[in-house]
Amino acid sequence: MKDLRLMKGNEAVSEAAIRAGVDGYFGYPITPQSEVLEYLMLERPEKRTGMVVLQAESEIAAINMVYAGAGAGKMVFTSSSSPGISLKQEGITYIAGAELPCMILNVVRGGPGLGTIQPAQSDYFQAVKGGGHGDYKLIVLAPASVQEMYDFVQLSFDLAFKYRTPVMILSDGAIGQMMEKVEIGEQKVRLTDAQVKERCPWATTGKDANRERNIITSLDLDSNKQEIFNHKLQAKYKEIDKNEVRFEEIQTEDAEYIFVAYGTSARICQKSVELAREKGIKVGLLRPITLFPFPHKRLLELSKQVKGMLTVEMSAGQMIEDVKLAVECSIPVEHFGRLGGIIHSPEEVVEALEQKFL
Amino acid sequence: MTEEIIIAGFGGQGVLSMGKIMCYSGIVQGQEVTWMPSYGPEMRGGTANVTVIISDDRISSPIINEFDTAIILNQQSMDKFESTVKSGGTLIYDPNGITRHPERKDINIYRVEAAAEAAKMETTKTFNMIVLGGFLKIKPIVKMENVIAGLKKSLPERYHHMIPVNEKAVKRGTEIVEEVQMLN
Repeated sequence: MKDLRLMKGNEAVSEAAIRAGVDGYFGYPITPQSEVLEYLMLERPEKRTGMVVLQAESEIAAINMVYAGAGAGKMVFTSSSSPGISLKQEGITYIAGAELPCMILNVVRGGPGLGTIQPAQSDYFQAVKGGGHGDYKLIVLAPASVQEMYDFVQLSFDLAFKYRTPVMILSDGAIGQMMEKVEIGEQKVRLTDAQVKERCPWATTGKDANRERNIITSLDLDSNKQEIFNHKLQAKYKEIDKNEVRFEEIQTEDAEYIFVAYGTSARICQKSVELAREKGIKVGLLRPITLFPFPHKRLLELSKQVKGMLTVEMSAGQMIEDVKLAVECSIPVEHFGRLGGIIHSPEEVVEALEQKFL
Repeated sequence: MTEEIIIAGFGGQGVLSMGKIMCYSGIVQGQEVTWMPSYGPEMRGGTANVTVIISDDRISSPIINEFDTAIILNQQSMDKFESTVKSGGTLIYDPNGITRHPERKDINIYRVEAAAEAAKMETTKTFNMIVLGGFLKIKPIVKMENVIAGLKKSLPERYHHMIPVNEKAVKRGTEIVEEVQMLN
């Protein structure tokens, strides 16, 4: 029989991590994601699987613990919400520069600064365009349900280890706090030290006589070497762009207009599609599941079919830039979104569509 | 079938847990559910509300502005949510502490004197279960046996001895809920 539970998005991430055989979590509480740490503490994963759970002294300490754990080839992650994720950016760019696998969960709240504790999607630029310094990218996954919060934990680690790159799950306060039905997967056993050595020959697992030293660093003072390394990173991102684009389409077959939305906004737009179609407006939804890599090819194809696109984000308009680039500005692309922790209603989205295009 | 519900009242009345039990009951009978709480500053004292959606199909937006049913347990919530019930929809309220009663004529209004009944039964903590019973009498979207199964899943095991008391409260709610006749 299926193991079905009613869980918050935050709790689902924690249970998924224990079940995926994750080795360690390092975090610091902040609303609206504190349940990640709370659930892990309550579940005593050190007894269930031997997983380490640690409340660090700060967000910066937590991300650097992740850096160290990832350097040893372990499956590790951290979580926070917007202001805390800003604090972690130095660590994230170091991890990207050292080519280490890990997962970072951002349960986004409104900003800038301390902002609000209510949901927002205003960290898109930070997640997708860098956040930290240097030419790096994260693979960014955008769950739109509690089930996806659960499923994307395993997916994050699969991708992180496949490409030796940090992966971010970009969620928001609504999905973190909301409860839905979750199908729980099987318990995986954590890798043994020998298995870690085999999977991660680059990791600092203790030097054997039969191999060279492994050094984890993001520093190269020789610019020629650093340029070669930069090209290698870019080649990796190209490979990711080729292989890992994920998206979902709803009623796009006959659509004259398209909503482009991810996460909570995509759920809202699903309802807006229903409402608009009742009024006779042929509208569909493209939901990017990966924000990097972005579904630019599919958007370009759709631009040949539709009269316009409306990006719906709980921000002042961030993803819209990638949509405009994707469609090469060949059709009108407009933005709608509430700010500061206010969540737009399905009706408001339909009104915006009517105002901007009809 | 899709039922979109708002439950609103004071923090501590069991608003959130009532929604949770509804959702678990829905899961037991194979439905899709979402439970979207207000987690803002209001939960730190004052009003609490939760949107519950139970459906046979995949649920689109967890955030909605109009509801099939509003379950209202204090005056602030009456002021805020009476107008959000869809025309032809249902409003269920406990008159305890209500100074301005609902006035709409295009919806079905029911009263369940849950606070008074819970005091009579000397189990004030089962107040929310009496309300739930009232709701289920009007909108039997989940079966009683699944509510009990939902209660079992929702409550930690150390409270399982409380299930019979809660079951009794749900049944009492189904008995005392009454329709309010609005005069035209």
